[in-house]
Amino acid sequence: MTIPIVYNIRSVAARWTSTIVAVAGIAGTVGVFIAMLSLARGFKATLVSSGSADNALITRAGATSEMTSGVAIDSVKIIQDAPGIARGPAGPLVTPEAVLMAPIPLRSTGTDANVELRGVSPNVLAIRSNIKIKEGRMFQPGLNEVIVGKNATTTYSGLTLGNTISLGSARWQVVGIFDAGGSSFDSEVWGDAHLLNGAYKRPDTLSQSVTVHLTSPAALQQLKDSLTSDPRLNVDVTREIDYYSKQSTRMTTLITTLGGFVAAIMAIGAVFGALNTMYSAVAERGREIATMRALGFGAAAVIISFSIEALLISFVGGGIGCLAVLPLNGLTTSTMNFQTFSNLAFAFKITPELLAKGILFALVMGVIGGLLPAIRAARLPVATALREL
Amino acid sequence: MKFSGLIFANLFRKKLRLILTIGSFAIALVLFTFLAVVKSAFSRGTEIAGADRLVVVNRIGLTQLLPISHRDKILTIPGVKAVTHNHWFGGVYQDEKNFFPQFVIDPENQRQVMTELVVPEDQWNNFVKDRMGAIAGARTATRFHWKIGDRIPIKTTLYGGRSSEFNLDGIYHSERPGGDESQFWLQWKYFDENAPAPVKSTAGWYVVKLNSPDDAVRVAKAIDEKFANSSFETKSETESAFAAGFAKQFGNIELLILTIGAVVFFTLLLVTGNTMAISVRERVGELAVLKAIGFSGRAVLFFVLAESVVIALVGGLLGLTLAYLTIPVIGLALAGLLPPLILSKSLLTMGVGFAVVVGVISGLLPGIGAMRMRVVNALRRV
Repeated sequence: MTIPIVYNIRSVAARWTSTIVAVAGIAGTVGVFIAMLSLARGFKATLVSSGSADNALITRAGATSEMTSGVAIDSVKIIQDAPGIARGPAGPLVTPEAVLMAPIPLRSTGTDANVELRGVSPNVLAIRSNIKIKEGRMFQPGLNEVIVGKNATTTYSGLTLGNTISLGSARWQVVGIFDAGGSSFDSEVWGDAHLLNGAYKRPDTLSQSVTVHLTSPAALQQLKDSLTSDPRLNVDVTREIDYYSKQSTRMTTLITTLGGFVAAIMAIGAVFGALNTMYSAVAERGREIATMRALGFGAAAVIISFSIEALLISFVGGGIGCLAVLPLNGLTTSTMNFQTFSNLAFAFKITPELLAKGILFALVMGVIGGLLPAIRAARLPVATALREL
Repeated sequence: MKFSGLIFANLFRKKLRLILTIGSFAIALVLFTFLAVVKSAFSRGTEIAGADRLVVVNRIGLTQLLPISHRDKILTIPGVKAVTHNHWFGGVYQDEKNFFPQFVIDPENQRQVMTELVVPEDQWNNFVKDRMGAIAGARTATRFHWKIGDRIPIKTTLYGGRSSEFNLDGIYHSERPGGDESQFWLQWKYFDENAPAPVKSTAGWYVVKLNSPDDAVRVAKAIDEKFANSSFETKSETESAFAAGFAKQFGNIELLILTIGAVVFFTLLLVTGNTMAISVRERVGELAVLKAIGFSGRAVLFFVLAESVVIALVGGLLGLTLAYLTIPVIGLALAGLLPPLILSKSLLTMGVGFAVVVGVISGLLPGIGAMRMRVVNALRRV
């Protein structure tokens, strides 16, 4: 025989003050848990989506990021003729790039942020085919024109269509805004590599990295074998997607470690809260429980009933926690990537899977918080409990 | 204090509840302390920066280099006491995960400018003589269990991708509490001889020591004016402004931490407030008896408040002890990602104060209820 769930629902409602406390504790914990994970995921997704499986990034051997890499023009010429590289109407799909950093003020605080400035070759949109010009047009090679990512235009001041900005020793007109699908390129400013090198007084014979479009994702190995066995070259070949996911490791580790620790501690606190609520529920209801036992409900039925009550509380808490953080989804914030020191805009990414995890987390807290009090409830000696006031 | 017996008897009436409430308190305090420590780690750079130092970087971007000839020109500006130059080395020790900042330093002027980072005299002398010498901060040395005399292989793209082995000649400590003890210093001479052409005879940035902090604005302006319209314009700011600029780029992390802190505080208040309310509710009859035999309303309020403050204090102290024990462990897990997590005395004091405040607030509501209740009604209610 089982105790009807209506009983639990009513008793939860009758003790609403302590129920609210338990619900709030669990909701807070679940909220923090989801917010932290979605932050880490959003950050990672931003970088991972920057890379494409069809592209390979070529850097100097041993370089940890484009910033510390350098590929000379002679090497670029050898790379262009390597097997596995797709060709377009204007020759091989290869973009030797200059990666620079420019201090541009943030709109939010007015203080300078390190914005990544990328000198690219004019055929770059054929290589990074997922990037589209959203407004305006592509820059013209040989002119002091730049295009800016859609996050860059909203995050930093002055990067609006038609505006002229000063970068290095030259002035540049913003002629287009591109959409890179929420990837890290969306926080960048792109222009003609030769002109940017000139404006920053860097030798035009040296690029930071070379990105090539492969004939197929499988062609990577062929290209890698060919380039790494060439004695004239000293380069690493990485699939673009792998390179960018590596750039996210330090920040994601930081967020998940911090967030994990905070959520774990909050979980212990929430379990204490749930235990407190359930123990007082059991203590206050000694007589009710004894009456039910006297009526013939078994110990198992009481345990199940109290566990259901705890699960109910934790489920509501988890649900509220999920709802509370849901508005964060898609919210864009920016931070500095430790690995490149450049500023990057990214969005909280709350997925249904993450919400399910949050609810599950809440239920686990409910089980832990509810089981012990439920067992105590079942063990109450019927006769003494009935005699209690 | 003649009532302490009564208060204690009340405290231990429900042992389990007492333990759970103290536990929630302790947990909340661990969290509070942890968040405060992390927050201060993010803004540490600004707090510990020298007010009498300027950082001079290339105007057009942090990664752009400056010619070494700027050094002597900066020195001619009145108010400048000493100038040192650094380079970001950016090598990898064993694995990219083992990150620590590596600076190429100028041994001649380093100690005149970074006065608070001290190296024992004999170690320093060995470093100056050793072209492949290195000095590590105490924190980094402990992290990788380095001893003086160890050879540290660092992989770098600068010298053609090969790994270089540096001799650990010394370990520096920061005399200023909370100072950065994670840097790894290398010799400028060796760097300059081996660096590729565009990097030769350059500095990544300059650090300028001033005669007086009051000169900061004037000297910064003078430096930038000196190089205005040259091929290498500069941007000079105080070390703290420079650090603040960096910290601001982390964006909303501070807001995030404050929000979590607020959620915790609120939850905590609810938990203790609720517990106090329950225990007062259970004891309405007793409190009424106390009032009936002549205790004033205030005395009853005092009993309730004393109880919640004792719970808060015990829980708070327990939490601070736990935080004291766990924060170094977490700090180790975050080595290379965050500046050291430091639990300062002022933070501990703040934690205790925080606990007391929550204790008082959570006891106040049920306490006032008990103070105001009418004895007759309370006694009649069984």
